[in-house]
Amino acid sequence: MMAEQQKGKKEKKEKIPRQPMPQRPLEERRTTFKEVPLGYSPEQAILEASRCIMCTKPKCVEGCPVEIDIPGFIQLIKEGKFIEAARKIKEQNSLPAICGRVCPQEDQCEKTCVLGIKGEPVAIGRLERFVADYEREHSAVTKPEIPPPTGKKVAIVGSGPAGLTCAGELAKMGHQVTIFEALHLPGGVLVYGIPEFRLPKDIVAAEIDYLKSMGVEVKTNHVIGLTFTVDELFDMGYDAVFIGIGAGLPRFLNIPGENLCGIFSANEFLTRVNLMKAYEFPRSDTPAFIGNKVAVLGAGNTAMDAARTSIRLGAREVHIVYRRTRKEAPARIEELERGEEEGVIFNWLMAPVRFIGDERGWVKAMECIRMELGEPDESGRRRPVPIKGSEFIMEVDMVIHAIGTNANRLLFQKAPDIKLNKWGYIDADPETGATSKPGVYAGGDIVTGSATVILAMGAGKKSARAIHEYIMNKK
Amino acid sequence: MGARILYKEELAPKVMKFIIESPTIARQTKPGQFLILRVHKDGERIPLSIPATDPEKGTVMLVSQEVGKTTAMLNDLEVGDEIYDVVGPLGRPTHIEKFGTTLAIGGGVGIAPLYPIVKELKKAGNYVVSILGGRSKEFVIMENEMRSVSDKVFICTDDGSYGEKGFVSHVLQHLLKDGREFDFCITIGPPIMMKVICDITRPYGIKTYVSLNTIMVDGTGMCGACRVSVGDKTKFVCVDGPEFDGHQVNFDEMMKRLAMYRKQEELAYKAYLEKRKEMSRH
Repeated sequence: MMAEQQKGKKEKKEKIPRQPMPQRPLEERRTTFKEVPLGYSPEQAILEASRCIMCTKPKCVEGCPVEIDIPGFIQLIKEGKFIEAARKIKEQNSLPAICGRVCPQEDQCEKTCVLGIKGEPVAIGRLERFVADYEREHSAVTKPEIPPPTGKKVAIVGSGPAGLTCAGELAKMGHQVTIFEALHLPGGVLVYGIPEFRLPKDIVAAEIDYLKSMGVEVKTNHVIGLTFTVDELFDMGYDAVFIGIGAGLPRFLNIPGENLCGIFSANEFLTRVNLMKAYEFPRSDTPAFIGNKVAVLGAGNTAMDAARTSIRLGAREVHIVYRRTRKEAPARIEELERGEEEGVIFNWLMAPVRFIGDERGWVKAMECIRMELGEPDESGRRRPVPIKGSEFIMEVDMVIHAIGTNANRLLFQKAPDIKLNKWGYIDADPETGATSKPGVYAGGDIVTGSATVILAMGAGKKSARAIHEYIMNKK
Repeated sequence: MGARILYKEELAPKVMKFIIESPTIARQTKPGQFLILRVHKDGERIPLSIPATDPEKGTVMLVSQEVGKTTAMLNDLEVGDEIYDVVGPLGRPTHIEKFGTTLAIGGGVGIAPLYPIVKELKKAGNYVVSILGGRSKEFVIMENEMRSVSDKVFICTDDGSYGEKGFVSHVLQHLLKDGREFDFCITIGPPIMMKVICDITRPYGIKTYVSLNTIMVDGTGMCGACRVSVGDKTKFVCVDGPEFDGHQVNFDEMMKRLAMYRKQEELAYKAYLEKRKEMSRH
């Protein structure tokens, strides 16, 4: 109550509106993979920062999974100390240029910002992005102080947000860290999943170079579970292992016709385009297929990435098909809006029941059914119920499944002593990431199922602390 | 992680055998597994089976048939060159047991991945009857290796230039008509060949396994490009396979999926052949 009154007083003084994000012109967006939001200018950043009322008990920090000192870095921006502001963030978050772009701030720090109660919250994410970019573009990124080597070795399995964060934290404590990545490039979902127009790949590469400058070793083309087992990592002298392999296996609907040509998982489509650079084919060797009329199943961020990628590859019509409504769509509002601007057509309360192929085995249509919302299910969202007799045919020549993933069990075939939960994810202590196998920790999607970059980073950070405790107290 | 080429030999027109340096893969590979490689920085990831390894020397054998740009570029590499990156071993190893009398049917470059499997089956005490086929004599590769691990070997070629004239399926039909009995069959070769073999063995109730080589991207279960229908289930060749009960595999669907990028593949291959011509002129 007190805080609110206080805020009310200050807000009357504040007339500056939330600074809009400059964006690439719409016409250009539909044909280029270049980043859409262009970032604040220093003037805009200072103006936006000046909106912050510097709460004594900042709610925004409570909303941040890695507890960044948000008023602290915003104060530095107000003073024009952009590089210092970036370093302030880096005390808690080693990947600010990435989080400033892909974090769902509206559900985290900006959701709890007191300015948001009556007006618009401070654009914390945009400010985070601004200072991280400023630091990088002014070549002001410096290596943090690294304490003398502890002589302890840690293996990190997977180089996505969880693994990178865990690696960075452990390196900062003086441990020798090796990241094992299955693909030929490190970054995990940041490079194979999230498109260039949302997260430029040189930003990810710069963050990985930063880790390397701290002494972290990155071994690509190593599939743990096949190239080496977890036990073999211990035999090789690692004192602890962190598993951050993400939630790998794409889900399909298990309806007739799902293996027709022209039907893909979002993982495949996005990996071809992002990791393998299919948008440059034939200059790059990997092709991607693009249809005239594309249906993307699902309405999460991955679905929006697939839909917006389809537009850029030249699809004439791109449809999102989702069994609930816009209100339940898991994608960020910003992503839905950008997709809409670019021409994505939304089909709510609708689901395919079978795919229909032509004589060459290519998808030519899908039979769909209309849905209505019933009682809330265990996720709290109202359950979609099919409307009997509402079936109809929708012509499509490409379908992309973006309906989530299941745990990839590849690593566990050779590590039966790592206990899994009933969904096949790792049963890990939520506070430490400790698994049932001594010395093995886990975090990110392989523990929680599909979630966000920042939650994976938070888990990587917690595990790093627990791993440090474990290896320093061992024997 | 690149891999240096230590040895190169032409086994048949457009079919090269390589020995590459890859100590970890050499040590970890079991029969039936494969690897994925790229030949340059912007290269495609292609799966290739592992016909033999030498764990002591840390070397891995590859057999590559030129069918498109990536295999053409691979086959143009010479001893001393490095394959840009190699990852593996991938896939599940073959399930080996003593079945009794075992048929091993290989067609063309499919003989290469068949060899290590047959070697293990023989070691496990099976009586191995091998049928090897190729378009013509030169395409019947690794005959000596296969003879060294088989109890009986039949050879056939499409043009009759070596062994019996006809397909491996004809030889199989003759054997079955003669009343020969088999407890198990493993077959690796072109999809249409594996399909025909499965159709022949089905009525005889001979359990028949096939090793599939579908389009893959990551090879670790992440993308699903390689999915096939096995019975009424969708399986991923990379992590559930590459071997499956051939009587359950929907080969027609698989063959259509294999042709999904044919247009782009032809475009890229043609461009490379032009480039290769250009290079040989200089």
